Amino acid sequence: MSELKVQLVAADRKVWEGEAASVSARSIDGELGILPGHTPLLGVLVTGDVRIVTGGGSTETVTIDGGFLSVDHDRVVIVADSVDAGSLTTAATA
Amino acid sequence: MGAQQREYRQRSRSVQSTKKITRAMELIAASRVVKARQRVAETTPYANAITRAVSAVASYSDVDHPLTTEREAVRRAGVLIITSDRGLAGAYAGNVLKRSEQLRELLVDDEGKEFVPYLSGRKAEGYYKFRGRSFEQSWSGFSDAPTFEVAKEIATRLTEDFVAGSENGGVDELHIVSTRFVSMVTQEVHVVRLLPLEVVEDDSPATEEDIYPLYEFEPDGGEVLDALLPKYVTSRIWNALLQASASELAARQRAMKSATDNAEELIKTYTRLANQARQAEITQEISEIVGGASALADAK
Repeated sequence: MSELKVQLVAADRKVWEGEAASVSARSIDGELGILPGHTPLLGVLVTGDVRIVTGGGSTETVTIDGGFLSVDHDRVVIVADSVDAGSLTTAATA
Repeated sequence: MGAQQREYRQRSRSVQSTKKITRAMELIAASRVVKARQRVAETTPYANAITRAVSAVASYSDVDHPLTTEREAVRRAGVLIITSDRGLAGAYAGNVLKRSEQLRELLVDDEGKEFVPYLSGRKAEGYYKFRGRSFEQSWSGFSDAPTFEVAKEIATRLTEDFVAGSENGGVDELHIVSTRFVSMVTQEVHVVRLLPLEVVEDDSPATEEDIYPLYEFEPDGGEVLDALLPKYVTSRIWNALLQASASELAARQRAMKSATDNAEELIKTYTRLANQARQAEITQEISEIVGGASALADAK
């Protein structure tokens, strides 16, 4: 199975781009997990953490303050107004 | 030294110090315009992602949204005028204001709408205050380095007023007058209608990726649009602010460059005049001496 191509975009810059095995984020309806081969999706995200499990197996966690996520053809674009890239899971966003 | 000579040297010195200032401003603008252009480029991924998403929703769901619906009777038209905070940028602010006056004429005289200005930048504020005209709201103090927070604030206010509609003191449509950064030598003032929204994508040729797949919406099409459209408005305003700031700096650099050139020209002229005055003085002294000597010789 192929990998996901993930782009994490904030209003003023591209925060992160790379390949990932899975992505999970918090949508309005609850936790949203994306694996390769997911159907095209547009989801609204609420303030919370986005976890990206990279190809190497390590997990990147960033906190976003709401935005949206789109998936098509294994291309995942996460768009947020502001991204707290260095934050840990427990760190709260402003 | 003669009075005339001293006068010319003084003027030349004064122009020299002005030249130092304009040169410094030119260099500052030149270095900051690079940064400003970079910021415009950095926001492109965000703008693209949002535009794509909005287009995708708009083309695959037939939900009507207040922000995309044309009003039948447009009575009040809001206009956001984006200018600079400071002058010394050539015709930059003047061009934007001139264009806004043209738009005002079009809206008020030809279409019979009420003109509701929203101002960004101290130059626009000054223009309206000096003429004693009223405006809805103004924002200033950020024109050469706008922040996303400001864009958000402006977008929130404008969207609120648009949603309220003219019956409730809001507006029925919204235009932006701003300057688009084309290149270092060309910046164009242009007017776009922001609301009701027309989703426009770049003119780049369509690739296979541009054909939108049938998206699933989470939670549903309407709510996704609810969340996306305000962000789209914000991103348009943010982009306009950044382009305006890059344009302002480029215009300032150009204006200061020609000011420096003019100063050099003036210094040259004054130096010539001073030299001429000195030469005239010497010639006069010599003829006085010669005249005096021959008068003495005649007296003998």
